[in-house]
Amino acid sequence: MNSDLGVSTTPASATATPSPSVEARRFSLDKRYLAPLLITCILAAGQWSFGMLESYSRTGLAIVTALVIELIVGRLFWGQWPHLASAYVSGISVGILVRSPAFWPYALGSTLSITSKYVLRVKDRHLWNPSNFGICVMLLLVPDTVAVLSIQWGNYLLPMVIIWILGSIIIWQVKRFHICATYVLSFLLFAWVRSWITGHPFLAEVAPITGPMYQLFIFFMITDPKTTVQTTWGQCVVAFLVALVEMILRLNESVYAPLYALFLVGPSANLSEIWWHSRRSAPASAPYPA
Amino acid sequence: MKKAVLRILLGAVFAALLAMPVVLKYASERQATPSASAESAAVLARYGFYVQEVARAAGIEFTHQAPSFDPQLDHIMPQMASMGAAVSIVDVDRDGWLDIYVTNSREGSRNRLYRNLGDGSFRDMAADMGVADVNQVGTGVSMGAVWGDYDNDGYEDLFLYKWGRPELFRNEAGRRFVRVTEHAGLPGWINAGTAIWLDYDRDGFLDLFIGGYYAEDVNLWKLTTTKIMPESFEYAQNGGRKYLLRNRGDGTFEDVTAKLGITSRRWALAAAAADLRGTGYPDLFIANDYGVSELYFNDGGKQFREVGKQTGVGFAPKSGMNAAVGDIFNQGQFAIYVTNISEEGILLQGNNLWVPRAGTAGEDLKYDNLARSMGVELGGWSWGAQFGDLNNDGYLDLYLTNGYISADRQRSYWYDFSKVAGGNTAIISDAKNWPPMEGRSLSGYQRKRVWINDGAGRFFDVAPVVGVTDTYDGRAVAFADLWNRGVLDVVVANQKGPLLLYRNTVASEHQWIAFELEGRISNRSAIGAQVRLVWNGQEHVQEVSGGCGFAAQNQRRLHFGLGKQPHIEKAVIRWPSGKIQTLTAPQVGQLHRVKEPV
Repeated sequence: MNSDLGVSTTPASATATPSPSVEARRFSLDKRYLAPLLITCILAAGQWSFGMLESYSRTGLAIVTALVIELIVGRLFWGQWPHLASAYVSGISVGILVRSPAFWPYALGSTLSITSKYVLRVKDRHLWNPSNFGICVMLLLVPDTVAVLSIQWGNYLLPMVIIWILGSIIIWQVKRFHICATYVLSFLLFAWVRSWITGHPFLAEVAPITGPMYQLFIFFMITDPKTTVQTTWGQCVVAFLVALVEMILRLNESVYAPLYALFLVGPSANLSEIWWHSRRSAPASAPYPA
Repeated sequence: MKKAVLRILLGAVFAALLAMPVVLKYASERQATPSASAESAAVLARYGFYVQEVARAAGIEFTHQAPSFDPQLDHIMPQMASMGAAVSIVDVDRDGWLDIYVTNSREGSRNRLYRNLGDGSFRDMAADMGVADVNQVGTGVSMGAVWGDYDNDGYEDLFLYKWGRPELFRNEAGRRFVRVTEHAGLPGWINAGTAIWLDYDRDGFLDLFIGGYYAEDVNLWKLTTTKIMPESFEYAQNGGRKYLLRNRGDGTFEDVTAKLGITSRRWALAAAAADLRGTGYPDLFIANDYGVSELYFNDGGKQFREVGKQTGVGFAPKSGMNAAVGDIFNQGQFAIYVTNISEEGILLQGNNLWVPRAGTAGEDLKYDNLARSMGVELGGWSWGAQFGDLNNDGYLDLYLTNGYISADRQRSYWYDFSKVAGGNTAIISDAKNWPPMEGRSLSGYQRKRVWINDGAGRFFDVAPVVGVTDTYDGRAVAFADLWNRGVLDVVVANQKGPLLLYRNTVASEHQWIAFELEGRISNRSAIGAQVRLVWNGQEHVQEVSGGCGFAAQNQRRLHFGLGKQPHIEKAVIRWPSGKIQTLTAPQVGQLHRVKEPV
């Protein structure tokens, strides 16, 4: 999850927009803080109510690592100190989602997440959602040491409702609710298809989306503006494709199907769009914002 | 240009980072468990012991059978019927040779009481003595058994807990058993996951603690609803109630559970009682499935106070399936081992080894989970585990059995299991929403763990090399010196599998001492009595237990490994009555039978 929800790594000066009035600034929150704020609320609520973290120290390690790596690499690359909201969301995502009895996967997961933004780039645009990349790589390389949050947040409706209300408000603010809605509707459709194919109860197929991992996935990963396409309809198509690939993976009994689906679809969509833009606007295309 | 160089450099670092987990994994595999190819003599020299499976040779041919519940559960029956294999050790006729009681769980199946004939063989006496036919249709099926002399007549009585009607059998001088369930006033139906004997109020009569698993109004053979499953995979509180039954001393019991402050409805699977604070009263630890463990401080036998969060053991919810207590550092303090689930790449709860934090004691007692740093964290889908000095080197080792459902080796139920386990309570709590298992395995065919304690803060798994190579779906583990040789043999009960008897051979230079206590003012089984042994500048404490581990009870004797050339200073016995008895320089290599001074 993470650079997301309008959160940019790029220093403020590189993305400056006309200044709002002093009065407006006094009462408006920089949108780059919305995602960190939301995920911090989710973390606090989850830990307070269910003790969902593996430990404070592990989550802290993930966050601090992400921030430090972002500061170092960002400074080297941009020549100025980067905005840390994106790294914070990456770190906290790794800190919440990764479940491991060891400490090093938290540090390594965060490091891979942040560095992937700088290394895996095409046309000055990073391809993977950073924490999605970091977590998937950890799951693939060290499955004996790393799992992902799935059940450690209760199975009750209230926390989900609260997350959905808060999340929807924020997502609406940053104009990305259509991505969440498309994904959820697609998931439900494909849950019915899976139920029809496997003969398993429909509710069993719906069950995963009622769990905590999915809420984080829906609000923080698939909505990441830096790792999805730019047009509204394109974003809806990508969300639909993520759900479709997820269904295929689920039919092959992949426990972490949504993470792997985004891992596969996200970069493919981005590359397609980059290729499409380069064809249309070559040779003098403007670089994508970082 | 500068940016391009930077990117190349960062790319190299990135590639190194990607390679790092693989390198780390390779390195850890290189120092992993030794293979099973070593010769016995070499193993003995290196680890101080090895075991041989001798059940059949000893006359024990028993295979556990699982129950079949209401047809509405057919699609997940292997999961529903995944418990019931239990083992407990008793000297039923006081002949000095330890016997083995084993439960069975198919409707109509018979439990076994393997009487130790003293010549290396065992004979099933359960039917002759009246404790075999206890799984009759309509009465439920066995889940476990614990022995304690509740009437202080000198013979161990049998409490059998079931998913169904619990039973109490009075031991008639080791000749036969008489069923006294109704007279004792036991509850009519409990879907019990655990039970132990303890004398919580130190009145000299053994009391009973029973932990419910499914709610007590559920009859698994006649379901009125399929909404019987846990409401949450880690936060469920819709399990069975608990029972603390006080022994009135006249052969009857009274329910004092709520009065003494135990109101939990978590899904209990294991319990252990031990004096964790030095108050003289046994505290109560409960390992719960689908949730946090609970620790109850015993306030003078008048009240139980839940202090799980306060002490640190009750915060992170897991799938508790075992509670074993042992002084692993020879420091006179008990650590508690709780088993959970670990499945590669899916669910890594890790087992817990709760060790008292240095500098905390009494009311301020705190625990830290040192399972990872001490090397006993990952044991697959872990079930029963016991502490005991298997190589008599003076440090407690740890034996763990594991494996949930071994069916089709090629197909796993984990995906469907995790799908529903993470879902909303309305989905997970209804059995009809669970996908059919269709013959698939779920953490099956797992390798067992025998962790030996190096005495310096680490345990090392030596299971295959010392002879533990089975991959059955293990449930209960019990330790006992079955051949009276001064070593701990291991009995393992497997779900839908054979009863295993691992005969232990220990290096002859490793010494031992054992104590068999008999209360006079205290309960006659001496459950709750502590022996503090001081030797070679070390101090090790053990407590007589009325059941611990998972569905198991070790021998009541307290066995101490002493290592080479021990010089015992003293053994201090603290009886449940509070009396202190000191044995000065007791003889090494001997079982000391000690009666409480009056």
